[in-house]
Amino acid sequence: MHAIEKILARASGQDSVVTGQIVNCRVDLAEVNDLYPQTIFSFQEMGGTRVHSPERITFILDHYAPASSIQQAENQKLMREFCKDQGIDLLFDVDSGVCHQVMVDNGLVYPGMILIATDSHTTTHGAFGAFGTGVGATDLAVIMATGHLWLRVPEIIRINLNGSLATGVYSKDVILHIIGKLGADYAIYKAVEFSGTVLDNWSISERMALCNMTTEMGAKSAYIQPDQATLDFLADKVTKNFDIVETDVDFEYAEELFFDVTPITPQLAVPQSVDNVLPLTELVGTPVHQAYLGSCTGGRAEDIAVAARILAGKKINPGTRMIVVPASKQVYLDALRHGDVEKLVEAGATFVTPGCAACLGTHEGILAAGEVCLASTNRNFPGRMGHVKSSVYLGSPAAVAAAALTGKITDPSEILQKLEQE
Amino acid sequence: MKTTIEGKAFVFGNNLDTDQIYPGQYLELAKEEDIKKHAMEGANPHFISLFQPGDIIVGGTNFGCGSSREHAAIALKAVGAQAIVAESFARIFYRNAINLGLTLVVSPGISKLVSQKDALKIDIETGRAQNITTKEDLNIQPLSDYVLDILRMGGIKPLVKHQLQKIEASLDMQK
Repeated sequence: MHAIEKILARASGQDSVVTGQIVNCRVDLAEVNDLYPQTIFSFQEMGGTRVHSPERITFILDHYAPASSIQQAENQKLMREFCKDQGIDLLFDVDSGVCHQVMVDNGLVYPGMILIATDSHTTTHGAFGAFGTGVGATDLAVIMATGHLWLRVPEIIRINLNGSLATGVYSKDVILHIIGKLGADYAIYKAVEFSGTVLDNWSISERMALCNMTTEMGAKSAYIQPDQATLDFLADKVTKNFDIVETDVDFEYAEELFFDVTPITPQLAVPQSVDNVLPLTELVGTPVHQAYLGSCTGGRAEDIAVAARILAGKKINPGTRMIVVPASKQVYLDALRHGDVEKLVEAGATFVTPGCAACLGTHEGILAAGEVCLASTNRNFPGRMGHVKSSVYLGSPAAVAAAALTGKITDPSEILQKLEQE
Repeated sequence: MKTTIEGKAFVFGNNLDTDQIYPGQYLELAKEEDIKKHAMEGANPHFISLFQPGDIIVGGTNFGCGSSREHAAIALKAVGAQAIVAESFARIFYRNAINLGLTLVVSPGISKLVSQKDALKIDIETGRAQNITTKEDLNIQPLSDYVLDILRMGGIKPLVKHQLQKIEASLDMQK
């Protein structure tokens, strides 16, 4: 069996499972965000009165942090009251950040767990060898009522990444390249495992960005076998005991793919789909009105640090605005202590509250008709960040900072190579 | 659950994402009657006035990709879509729709076989489907027993409600 299958078997109380089997799994952590008061309504419509295992439920107010309309405020108020009534202690309020980063920062994510959230980017937690997947409000309500959720054991694809990355190229460029080759529906209903020598050198932050974006190829979940770097990262965060499961050597993958990352240059997903990917160099000079650094994909401390490196002592292009959204309170504190916030604010960047912000077009950096944004986020669908006639290009945090500096799409590797020589 | 579905096709293309089915700016709405007003607004701003209850939505590959927002499925059910038939569905949208009792049918090749306003007839139980307008047969994949059980109950909410009542009844018996 694959490690994922062993995790699903254990959670459903069985010795083994097979591809395609429907299993009813005990959920280790169920997360609800503030887009979904429907979760509470569905729970009540099911006749639920007390939640099953309040210690395995968390509410994170991230999509509307802090509320900018009365309706948003009402939704958040309802959630705070629900948590209080139900004895749910894991309520993370509007000071916390994006759910995926908040759960990691607070030691709630560990190898081998089943993590279900009302957010499609729950694949992120494959970076820790957890089984993470997104659901809608009513599925989450089923977990609140029963502690369990049905899952289909997925086919598993392995993507091997070998070679070494050039300066100015990141895991975001690699995953965009892969999605561009395979398509937005390549991995529907399937799980994607990453392995290969490249991962040995990648930080947890880079691994999270990689797993996060598998949602954009349709994946149900992602997986990276935990290694010493994973354990070191989790050591001072996770208090729960966990054990690491391994894939059997004779496991047969549904498909196995190999990518040499060495020739990959900075990549951009071009409007209006994430699999519409081109080398950034083919788009150099395209005017950018908004450079957006943030989200569960590209708003971690390392992402802010590379932007600060590119913009330190400089000014962003007049006529271009740069929005920076730290993924969480912890990320914000790390960036502050590292001096990166100061460098970026002096360069002309606008910091907004940690959370989902304008990534999904709700608040804090909405685009007008005809405007172009280069974002370190995950989706460039029509109208995703505002007006249906605005355009979103997706790239690495370095590409975002380079665009902020010049006001147009600019190769960040050239800037970073120059900085390396200085 | 209706096992035979007949209706007029309302056709969309590939990779229709949930931002187009239900734009992000309306996510704070939580009532069905408010949500339905914005169905498909990102894909076709005139959808609400053109779509008639009982119509069948036809999609290409990866229908409902993107965000986990249940609003997308709520909106399409609330406007009266009898079913959604597509080449393939994104997995969260699939679960959301089935959970609400909205019938989804996977039909490989349908994009090339159905045009706007064609009349379609689909029998869920027997797996037979036809484009009545063109008289061409449509290939549909059978729904799994697990999914059929949810649909027969009218969605997962009545199903779980039934299960919870059974558990409570057995606990009462033990007392």
